[in-house]
Amino acid sequence: MLHQPITKNYHDFIIERDPEKCIQCQVCVRQCSYGAHIYNEKDERVTEDETRCVGCHRCEALCPTGALTIRRNPSEFRENALWAPQFIKNIYKQADTGGILLTGMGNPYPYPVYWDRMVLDASQVTNPSIDPLREPMELRTWLGSKPDAIEVEMKKGKPKLTTNFSPQLQVNYPILFSAMSYGSINLNVHVGLARAAEELGILYNTGEGGLHQSLYKYGKNTIVQCASGRFGVDSKYLNAGVAIEIKIGQGAKPGIGGHLPGEKIGKEISITRMIPEGSDAISPAPHHDIYSIEDLRQLIYALKEATDYEKPVFVKIAAVHNSAAIASGIARAGADVIAIDGFRGGTGAAPTMIRDNVGIPIELALASVDERLRQEGIRNRVSLLAAGGIRCSADVVKAIALGADAVYIGTAALIAVGCTVCQRCYTGKCPWGIATNDPYLAKRINPDIAHRRLANLVRAWGHEIQEMLGGMGLNAIESLRGNREKLRGVGLNEVELNILGIKHAGA
Amino acid sequence: MEINAQGIYYKDLNDMIKKAIRNGEENFILRNVNGQRYIADGISKKISMEVYGVPGQDLGAFMKGPRVVVHGNAQDGVGNTMDVGKIVIEGMAGDVVGYGMRGGRIHIKGDVGYRVGIHMKAYQDKIPVIVIGGKAGDFLGEYMAGGVIILLGMFSQDAAKPIAGIFMGTGMHGGVIYVRGEVDPHQLGFGLIPKELDGEDQKNLKMYLKEYCEDLDIDLRKVLSVPFKKVVPFSRRPYGNMYAY
Repeated sequence: MLHQPITKNYHDFIIERDPEKCIQCQVCVRQCSYGAHIYNEKDERVTEDETRCVGCHRCEALCPTGALTIRRNPSEFRENALWAPQFIKNIYKQADTGGILLTGMGNPYPYPVYWDRMVLDASQVTNPSIDPLREPMELRTWLGSKPDAIEVEMKKGKPKLTTNFSPQLQVNYPILFSAMSYGSINLNVHVGLARAAEELGILYNTGEGGLHQSLYKYGKNTIVQCASGRFGVDSKYLNAGVAIEIKIGQGAKPGIGGHLPGEKIGKEISITRMIPEGSDAISPAPHHDIYSIEDLRQLIYALKEATDYEKPVFVKIAAVHNSAAIASGIARAGADVIAIDGFRGGTGAAPTMIRDNVGIPIELALASVDERLRQEGIRNRVSLLAAGGIRCSADVVKAIALGADAVYIGTAALIAVGCTVCQRCYTGKCPWGIATNDPYLAKRINPDIAHRRLANLVRAWGHEIQEMLGGMGLNAIESLRGNREKLRGVGLNEVELNILGIKHAGA
Repeated sequence: MEINAQGIYYKDLNDMIKKAIRNGEENFILRNVNGQRYIADGISKKISMEVYGVPGQDLGAFMKGPRVVVHGNAQDGVGNTMDVGKIVIEGMAGDVVGYGMRGGRIHIKGDVGYRVGIHMKAYQDKIPVIVIGGKAGDFLGEYMAGGVIILLGMFSQDAAKPIAGIFMGTGMHGGVIYVRGEVDPHQLGFGLIPKELDGEDQKNLKMYLKEYCEDLDIDLRKVLSVPFKKVVPFSRRPYGNMYAY
C-alpha cells in the first residue's frame, strides 16, 4: 500500500533552489500561502513540498538572492493524445474527493483566438495616415441609448435640440474595468480600481458584492451591479454610481450562479454584502424573478424607477450560441448598454467543466450581435461592451472595429497589479494579495501602487490606440466603431469570415 | 393626498407621487389603481399609502420605509429586494413576493403564487417577515438565507389545494418557515424535514402573528388554535461539500 495518496507524486511544478545562492532567509516560506516552502528548524534549512506549488511565481519574484526558479515539472505520463495529463490528474482528484472541480480565471485551452486571426488596415499614400503626435485623436466616447433620430427646432434663428436623450456616460477611454466583487478580490484592489477609474475618467464595476462604505465617494466612476443574490443592493447603493448593471451571466460560467463560501464572509464583507458574518453568499443561477425578456424588462424599469431614470441600465450576458437574438430582446427590453462576456472571461471561482466547455468566443458573439442589431435597425438603442479575453490595445481596436462601443477588462487589470494567472483564485489564498481577503495577504496590494499601475496600463493602451487609429487615417474612436473594412482575416474559413463580417486578407 | 389613478400611465403616476414626497407629503390614497407598476418603488421615506384596486408588478421594490396597504389583490414581484417598511395586502398576491428581501414585513391575507420569499436574507437588526394567510405555490423560501416566512393556509380560494407546492425551502441556508398544521415532507426541498417548534419559536411566531392579525383584523386565537411545524436549513452550508478543493 502507498502511504500517500496516489496523486502525491504527480505535482505540476518543480521548485529549484540554488544552494549556492540561498541564504536561508525564509522569505519564500513567508510569501507562499500554500505552504510549498518549509523551514526545517532542526537542520536550519529551507526545503520544499512541490506538491503544494501552484506555479504563481511569488517566491521567485520575491527571493532576494534570485535562488529560486519555478519550472513546469517535465515528468509526463506516457504520450497519449486523448488522455492528456490534466484529465488524468482531474480524475485522481475527483476520486479522492467526490467533488466538482473548481478553477479560476478564464478558459486556458487552445480554442482559436480570433483576435490573432484578424489584422488591421493602415493608410498608405492615397489616404494619408494621421500623425497622432500632431493631430488631436479622440478616444472619448459616450455610452447609453441613442435616439432613432434627433429633432431640431429653430428658435430666434438658432437651432435648438428638442430630442430628449437617455442618460449618457462620458468615458475618456473605451476601456472600463470589469465587474469583480469585493469578496472575490479585496478592498485594496477595489480602491486601486476606483482611484484609477477616477483619474482616467473611466468606470469600474463593483461586481455583485455590494459597495464598501469607503468607496461611495468614487460614485461618478462607479457602475453598481445587481445580480441574482442581490447582495448589498438597496436604494442607496443603486443611486451610488452612475450606472446599474444587471448581471445575467458571466463568460467564465454561463448559465450558472456564484457561491462565496461562508468562511470568506468576514466583518467588512458582511457589512458590504449586508448578510451575516459566516453566512454563505449564494447567487442562484438565474435571477428567480427573471424567467423571460418581459421579466427582464420589469427589473430594468424597476431599477430606472428606483433611480428616477437618471442612470443607464446595463445588462451583462455571457456569450452563448444565441447571443444575437438574446441581445435583440435585451435592447427591446429597455437596456441602455449590453455587455457581452466571452468564454475567455475570468472568474474568481467556477466549475472547471463549465469554464472550459461552455460559451463562445467574444469575437464571434460581438460581431453577430452588432450585425443583428443593425439589421433590425436598433443598434442605436444600446451601446455594446465587449469583454472576456481582451489582452492588449490591439484587441481593443479590433473589438471596436467589430462593433463594440468600449471594452471591459478584468484579467488584464489584475495582471497589471501583479496577477500571474495561476488560476487558483477560488482558494482565497492568492499569494499576490489580489484574490484573497486574508488580511496578511491582502496587504501585499498597496492601493496607491495598484492605482498607479492600472492608470499606467490604460494610458499606455490609449496611446497605442491613438497610433493605430492614426495609422488607419481615423482621428476618433467613433469612426472606428463597427468599421469592419479596417479588419481582414488571416487563415480563416468562409464561415468564420461571414460571421465576423470581414474579408480575407488580400481581398 | 388623494390621487385618482384611473387611466394614468405608471410613470406619470409614480412621478406624481415622488414629486409630492419631495414636497413633504406623507399620506397617500390611490384610487382606481389598475395595474400601474412600480408603485412605491425605491422610496426611502416613511410615507403611508393606501391603494384601492390592483397595483401592478413590483409594488414596493427596493422600498426603504413606506407602509403600503392594498385594499385588493396585488400582482407579481411585491416587495422585490425590499429593505424597510411594510406592505399589507387584503387580497391575494402573485409570484415572486419578497425576492431577496432584506427587511420589513409583507402581510398577505390570501393566496400567493410561485417562488415566494426566494433568497430572503436577514442582516443585523433587519429580519424580513412574510406572512401568507392563504396557500403558496412551488419554491416557497428557496435559497432562503435569513428571515421568516409564515404560511397559514387559512384564507385560500382553493380548499382542495395543499398548503404549499413542492420544493419548499430548497437550498435554504438560513431563516425559518413556519407552517400552520402539517406539511408533507415530499413538498420540501432536498434534505429538509418538518420540525417541532421550541419555546423561542412559539414566542417569535406569536409576536409576528399578533402584528399580522392586527393589520388584517383576524382573530389571533383562531390562528394559533392549530399547532405549527417549522422548516429550517439542514445545514448552514447546504452546498459546502460539492467541490473538490
